[in-house]
Amino acid sequence: MRVTLDHLTKRFGDVVAVSDFSTELGHGELIALLGPSGCGKSTILNMLAGIVPATSGKILFDGEDATDMPPEKRGIGLVFQNYALYPHMTVLQNICFPLEVQRVPKAERLQRAEEIAKLVHVEGLLKRRPAELSGGQQQRVAIARALVKNPRLLLLDEPLSNLDARLRLEMREEIRRIQQRTGVTTIFVTHDQEEAMSISDRIVLMKAGALQQSGVPQALYHDPKNRFVADFLGNPPICNLPGVVRGGAFVLEDGSASVALPMFGGVAEGARVSLALRAESAFLDPDGPLACEVKSVYQMGKEEMAYLRFGTVEFRAYIDAENGLKAGDRVHIALKSRGVFVFDAETGARLR
Amino acid sequence: MKRQKWERDLTSHRRFSRVEPYLYVLPFALGILAFTLYPVVNVVFMSFKENYSHLTRGFTEWGVGNYELVLNDKKFVQAIGNTLNYVLLVVPISTSIAIVVAYLLNQKLRFSALFQTAYFLPMVTSVTAVGLAWRLMYNEKFGIINYLLSWFGIDPIGWLSKAQYSMAALVIFGVWNILPFTIILLLSGLQNIDPQHYVAARVDGAKSLRIFFRITVPLLLPTIFLVLIINTISSFKVFSELYPLFKGLPGPLYNLYTVVYYIRYAMVESRKYGIAAAAAIVLFLFIFAFTMVQLFVQRKWVNRR
Repeated sequence: MRVTLDHLTKRFGDVVAVSDFSTELGHGELIALLGPSGCGKSTILNMLAGIVPATSGKILFDGEDATDMPPEKRGIGLVFQNYALYPHMTVLQNICFPLEVQRVPKAERLQRAEEIAKLVHVEGLLKRRPAELSGGQQQRVAIARALVKNPRLLLLDEPLSNLDARLRLEMREEIRRIQQRTGVTTIFVTHDQEEAMSISDRIVLMKAGALQQSGVPQALYHDPKNRFVADFLGNPPICNLPGVVRGGAFVLEDGSASVALPMFGGVAEGARVSLALRAESAFLDPDGPLACEVKSVYQMGKEEMAYLRFGTVEFRAYIDAENGLKAGDRVHIALKSRGVFVFDAETGARLR
Repeated sequence: MKRQKWERDLTSHRRFSRVEPYLYVLPFALGILAFTLYPVVNVVFMSFKENYSHLTRGFTEWGVGNYELVLNDKKFVQAIGNTLNYVLLVVPISTSIAIVVAYLLNQKLRFSALFQTAYFLPMVTSVTAVGLAWRLMYNEKFGIINYLLSWFGIDPIGWLSKAQYSMAALVIFGVWNILPFTIILLLSGLQNIDPQHYVAARVDGAKSLRIFFRITVPLLLPTIFLVLIINTISSFKVFSELYPLFKGLPGPLYNLYTVVYYIRYAMVESRKYGIAAAAAIVLFLFIFAFTMVQLFVQRKWVNRR
């Protein structure tokens, strides 16, 4: 199902949880709704589920206005952050409940529940109660309960946040597998950029209720629209060097160092900017324009993570371990064209 | 080796700390001993003392004579019948009403604080005072109940003067009296249910009625069982509802003897302590049996769930 959010806004009293949010989700896509805690992503999910009414704007399902549709008419499956399995029912009864409500005949109910249980690998647990399941098993049952009614849209609210690290990786892949098997349009909310990058077809990144950028993970990573997007994605985080543009060169705020880069050619003279560097964008080059001092080096296997001092500021760079860098070395660094951005220091808007 | 001072301090502290907890418990334990345990044990003994005199504390012999007298007393058999009737009416009626009221109070109502206060008011008023008020309301000629019924064309009912209505009058008052506490317990049980389950059920497409019976009631079941047990026990002991309603008599034609009324009568009016004790033990056995059955059923249900 195609889902269109059209200038969607939600206010709780004076608080604007979601403001003027527009985006479109294609059929069968797995979309990560990404953003820091409290940015309104769960509110959007709840509006899609019909639990929370929108203040203004529209939600369209396949072009049909669903803004005021009651939850049971929407054909959505919702997986809650804490799973919200019915504690007094067995796994089988939990999975059957949505079908029971739809008055599906009992034989068909059981058959469909068993099929879906096999899909999410809980077919051996049907007689258990939620309290007798591990977190990962509860998660699977919750997904089965959401999927059993063949929803047009599957919503997952922070599906992995209650799981331990190993299980999180496993369930991440499971969600991807199940989504691909069923082909259902899926939106999952997360604050974990790595999670979003690794499994989603597309990321919708938001901050303070507003859409920042949406697109395939690589696009957001390599071509961020603003500083927030660049900051939010990537591990290690991108390094920001604050400075001013003087005569086509970048001068650190305190004037302790400067570098002439062609990319500053078109930036207005005197503009206060932030030079953002991804760790993989810097490399050793005797003719490189950045003269740096190595502060410390951390072994990362094939590569080393070097903390480099440029003037009075530091940034991270992945350096090939063969170079044998030591703290105190003076080196010259060149920058690749990828992973280097210039943002307006005030607005965070991308300049280069 | 000579022990250090701190070692000795520590040992004496240990010795004291072994005694200390009991010292804290002592005052309360004494109270329980004197006013609960001793009377309970004494009643058991007293019930087997034949021709017991509370003045001389003398008795003729040990035996089950008191029980024979009690169980052959038509009044007592009637009292057991009335009490069972009362329990079997009041407990289900009050529990069902309380579930509905608690459910409604648990919704986000306007003025819900006002409603809650109104519903809980009976709990802070004296049963006797309220009983007198109900006496007025039940009045055949001037009572508000008959007045309200007259709107529907119902002739005045002799609630308190006719034997066939007296049980109904007692049950209605009893239900009203027991409701607040029942509602409080159920309300707290309802508030313990994670609201996410309701949201989940709604997203699954369930309507209010189904959510109530498939989600709310099952999750409330432990509290419902608790309420059933507490209300059964307290209803078996019905007396303070009966006493003010009929001016201290057991019903208009002495037809509403309850077990506790019988016990009080045997003790206060006839001064037959042995009989009263035997009746109390029989009542205890009834309550015990009922509670056991309830616990058994509950365990079965909880396991099944």
